[in-house]
Amino acid sequence: MTKPLIAVLLMALVTYIPRATPMILFRKEITSKRIRAFLNYVPYAVLASMTFPDIFYSTSNYISAIAGTCTALVLSFLEKSLVVVAIGAILTVFATEIILICL
Amino acid sequence: MKDFIKGFKGGIPIGLGYIPVSFTFGFMAVSGGLPIWLAIFISMSNLTSSGQFAGTNLILADASYFEITITTFIINIRYMLMSLSLSQKLKPGIGTFDRLLFSFGITDETFAVASMEKTDISPAYMYGLISFPYIGWTSGTILGAYTTGILPNSLKGAMGIALFAMFTALIIPPAKHSKTIVYIVCISIATTCMLKYIAFFKFVSSGFRIIISTFAGAGIGALLFPDNTTERIDSDD
Repeated sequence: MTKPLIAVLLMALVTYIPRATPMILFRKEITSKRIRAFLNYVPYAVLASMTFPDIFYSTSNYISAIAGTCTALVLSFLEKSLVVVAIGAILTVFATEIILICL
Repeated sequence: MKDFIKGFKGGIPIGLGYIPVSFTFGFMAVSGGLPIWLAIFISMSNLTSSGQFAGTNLILADASYFEITITTFIINIRYMLMSLSLSQKLKPGIGTFDRLLFSFGITDETFAVASMEKTDISPAYMYGLISFPYIGWTSGTILGAYTTGILPNSLKGAMGIALFAMFTALIIPPAKHSKTIVYIVCISIATTCMLKYIAFFKFVSSGFRIIISTFAGAGIGALLFPDNTTERIDSDD
């Protein structure tokens, strides 16, 4: 078990380094307007590229994924809280999959 | 203390969303042949989804240290962008020790929630935010490691959408009020889709796909709209 343990410690290290280095290195506020704009836009860009298209592969089939995505989009558009949106999407997926099995 | 509680509340949906994912991880790692304690230790020391999934797969496939380390690192490079972005949102005067400690808890989801906060963030807020996701990630792994598929597949399958649904809930409300965000979101999605579906780009790993799409979306956004209209109103305190 020594080899897996060393591998896990290496993994932990290369997971931690990217998280900690920028925090330690960038203590002052960045003044460049463009870089500040870029950094402010990063969250939206990251979230969008993580969500689409992967959300369509997040359940056992496309149909339930599309149904769940629609629910999530509608609830998000209505500015419901995170928990409500997440639970709404789960229930939609669950219901859709049960309906599909019954058909 | 107020900041801690505020952060903790923000972390609850994240932690709940983690449970099915880490459950799957624990289940996968142990059924693949790792001892239960090691599976749990991976979750407690890595606290990341795709990175530790990939790394564990490679361990099970008996890959070399080099392969395991490089693959995990590449998948995790995106945290640099997130950490850099968050470092600009911290309250002034936060020491090295706090920075070292809470940066351990930066994940896609904690970053997302912290970065959408309307005000600057404090260490107490970060510790609060991280707590429940850490508990959720660890306990899900423990459950998965000890269970052998008791959860019906239909329910596990349905819970896979939870984190993505949370992401849409984070993107859409601000996008309703800012055209800039709509452009950035569209550019990012178009780039990911291109990298994912065009055969020529098949060599791009999922970690790099996110990095490239982020640079495309936020970069083009910053070029077109340098006076960022999404800038939160800074409350001076």
